[in-house]
Amino acid sequence: MVMKTKINKVWKVLENIPDPEIPNISIVEMGIVRGIKYDHDTLNVIITPTYSGCPAMDFIKTEIKENLIMKGINDFEITTSLSPPWTTEWLNEKTKNKLKSIGIAPPEKQMECPYCNSDEVKIISEFGSTACKAFYKCMHCIETFEYFKCI
Amino acid sequence: MNFLFNYVLMLADDALIIAQRLSEWAYRAPFLEEDIALSNISLDLFGRATLFFNYAASIKGSDSDADDLAFKRHEREYVNLLLCEQPNGHFGDTIIRQFLFDSFYYLFFSKLLKSSDEQLAAIASKSIKEVTYHLRHSSKWVIRLGDGTSESNKKIQESINHFWMYSDEFFIMNEVDEKMQEMKVGVNREALKSVWLKNVKKVFKKANVKIPNETNMISGGKQGLHTEHLGHLLSEMQYLQRAFPDAKW
Repeated sequence: MVMKTKINKVWKVLENIPDPEIPNISIVEMGIVRGIKYDHDTLNVIITPTYSGCPAMDFIKTEIKENLIMKGINDFEITTSLSPPWTTEWLNEKTKNKLKSIGIAPPEKQMECPYCNSDEVKIISEFGSTACKAFYKCMHCIETFEYFKCI
Repeated sequence: MNFLFNYVLMLADDALIIAQRLSEWAYRAPFLEEDIALSNISLDLFGRATLFFNYAASIKGSDSDADDLAFKRHEREYVNLLLCEQPNGHFGDTIIRQFLFDSFYYLFFSKLLKSSDEQLAAIASKSIKEVTYHLRHSSKWVIRLGDGTSESNKKIQESINHFWMYSDEFFIMNEVDEKMQEMKVGVNREALKSVWLKNVKKVFKKANVKIPNETNMISGGKQGLHTEHLGHLLSEMQYLQRAFPDAKW
């Protein structure tokens, strides 16, 4: 029971750590935190990189450490897991709406402009400001926007 | 010899060296979107290299870490394919080098997914997603340049003629490859050749370019016998770790 309470407490802490590149979404919503469990006596936080070259992984680890220690949780380990590989299917509807609210088209096969909802969009580049995004233009409202790629 | 360690190192070195080459394009690519694209691909490949180097370091044990392997070996100790270390040349050269590399690694990872080694299979499952869009990008450019103007067609055909001699090395099985395949850890490279050739030809056909006749194939990277270019690349890449060993920031 004590373990379960502690695990819930850790989840609460992690749910409040923003993704460094898209700060209105937490690292839990982003699907980076894969699990929190006890291996014998050690509390293990399991994380996975979004892209293999994600430069934010070390930063995220430090954030997790600092935030847990600040809440008085000191005995834990952080493990990186690669399988199953991160997928945008782990982002739920609420998270997708949050992306849209800051002008990023969420990862959907049927893409729409996040500003005017038109589906008349044109790709400018499959690569954007971060590994997870592509660059698009809306032909209806003429705004450019970023699209969170499905992978 | 630790076969698994050497196997992982080959895969790590391929990713590291071509990532370093691609990073040389940052701020110098023909236009902004392509600058971002090449930098993104380079970053993915540095990420792939890190995954392999971390694994290699864990196999080696003792106090070795990924940075030691990446930055503190001498030229003859690198076991990357010769193609990876070739200079960027013009944009079309870089695209052909990347296209040949991506089309090989796409097939390679689709087999490595089934490796009996859990960590290699996991890295493959991560990498296959990324190499898929790298290949899409390089293929599109081969077609756009080949099927562009007579000048761009001529240039990219010259790039193909130049890089083709390095393409046979993808499929050479050395002792490490054979041992790893025997243990169902590694991939049979030779068996990938016919599909690779078919896929490459399909793109070349759309691009109105050809595979050159009678090329003298060269190899040696996996034995540490490199072209003159690797030493120059390393002198830049390793500079900081050589000047200030174990520097952290």
